[in-house]
Amino acid sequence: MHKISKQVMGIKRLFSLLVLAFTVFGVSYSATAQTEGNKTEAANLPAEGKKEENKLDVAKVIFGHIADCHEWHLFSIAHQGGEPTEIAFPLPCIVYSPSRGLFCFMSSKIMEGEGYEGFHLEKGAMKERILSFDGSPLYDLSITKNVLSMFISVFLLLWLALSSAKMYKKNGIMTAPKGFQNVLEIIIIFIRDEVAKPYLGNKYQKYFPLLISVFFFIWINNLLGLLPGGANFTGNIAVTACLALLSFIVILASSKKHFWMHLINPPGVPLGIKFLLVPIEILSLFIRPMALCIRLFANIIAGHIMILAVISMIFIFAVLNRYVGVVFVPVSLAFSIFMFLLELLVGALQAFIFANLTAVFIGQSMEDPHEAEHGHVAEGHH
Amino acid sequence: MDLLTPDFGLFFWTLLAFLTVFFILRKFAWKPIVDSLGEREKGISDSIATAERVKSEMSQLKADNEKLLAQAREERTAMLREAKETRDKIVGEAKEQAKTEANKIIIDAQHQIQQQKMAAITEVKNQIGSLAISVAEQILRKQLNAADGQEAYMQMLSNDIKLN
Repeated sequence: MHKISKQVMGIKRLFSLLVLAFTVFGVSYSATAQTEGNKTEAANLPAEGKKEENKLDVAKVIFGHIADCHEWHLFSIAHQGGEPTEIAFPLPCIVYSPSRGLFCFMSSKIMEGEGYEGFHLEKGAMKERILSFDGSPLYDLSITKNVLSMFISVFLLLWLALSSAKMYKKNGIMTAPKGFQNVLEIIIIFIRDEVAKPYLGNKYQKYFPLLISVFFFIWINNLLGLLPGGANFTGNIAVTACLALLSFIVILASSKKHFWMHLINPPGVPLGIKFLLVPIEILSLFIRPMALCIRLFANIIAGHIMILAVISMIFIFAVLNRYVGVVFVPVSLAFSIFMFLLELLVGALQAFIFANLTAVFIGQSMEDPHEAEHGHVAEGHH
Repeated sequence: MDLLTPDFGLFFWTLLAFLTVFFILRKFAWKPIVDSLGEREKGISDSIATAERVKSEMSQLKADNEKLLAQAREERTAMLREAKETRDKIVGEAKEQAKTEANKIIIDAQHQIQQQKMAAITEVKNQIGSLAISVAEQILRKQLNAADGQEAYMQMLSNDIKLN
């Protein structure tokens, strides 16, 4: 009884935390929008033509939030009639130019559009990139917002997992798990019994660390991305492409002769259809990792866009009429809390689906001839 | 379209970080945790198996005890019955023996009484005989004291001889 009430308390606390988080998020947002609103009002007076460039550009705001960035922007403080003060952390830029060597500097040096060491920052509609003035090729290895967010999540994950692993040594294996150990154990057992064992059979132990690492890596980054001011790490195609590429390599490395024979020469198919089927099969081999990549990317980015759009509605209405905007605040907050909770689910679900499909594809590529029928049934349709 | 072109830097750092996390956790987290979980599962299933075995052993023991108890009870009744039988037998035998003994004693006594009686009768007869002889002696002595008595006697004796 005591435990249940504690859990309820926990949920209540989490809920109030969410409300607080959204309030902060909303306030930081309203600060930006307020400025824009003020600008619009100010612009109305002198000239009609100026109105266009100061209009509230929701798309720009949203893409500014979900895109990677060379500084960590927290919020802006509006000043009556003046430029807003931006509160942001500069992040280190690491640029390697094959012709000129390696350069490290803080992003504050180039953030305002000025050049530094022959580099400048080009801000596109959805993305910003470092370019050299002379147009020579360069590799941008900067610790951007996403990279820093990933480092934080990696340290968090390492700390949680390693400290939980230590608990087994400290408390002995037959004691009940405590704290994060509980979460870890439930997920490990779930992935092991529901994903690894059914799809990979008796070889599951070899691939299990990959599956569980992928799951936790994606999950913890999804969760960090949901924090106000958090980075949209797993909603970036470079990240999902990297993870998908890794699982593609593992899928290929674990493949057996039977898999390739089936791919190139499907048995029991007329010759004419083979010409049609084999290219499709070969394409599907590459489509699988691409689907992994795009599924995660699209799900997470869509979630972020949805939450941002719902909150932006306040300001869209506020531009029309300030009082409508104020009235719309609770509606928008309710929507965004709903979206946030949905994203909590999606974050775990997508991490699970990524791990699950990786297991399915590995299982297909390493299936033995006598187990062939089994594998086709197990093919997932997520 | 910008969103769909992966950045090299982020790709590079993600690869590096993920592989680092993967190798560290595989060695220092997942392996010990999975091993511990396996051991725990084995321990639990072993404990359950042991408990089941002990339970069955207990029930076996209990059944054995019941059986032993029933046997003991049976034996007790049998012993009681036997004891009763033995007692009855002993008592009966004793009675029988006593009876025969008594009969024997009675017969002996009767014998002895008979004997005593016979002896007494014989003695009485002897006594009577000797008394009769002494009475006859007395009478004879008295009669033979006188001369005619002697004569008469002589006569009589000669009469007897003559008769022979």
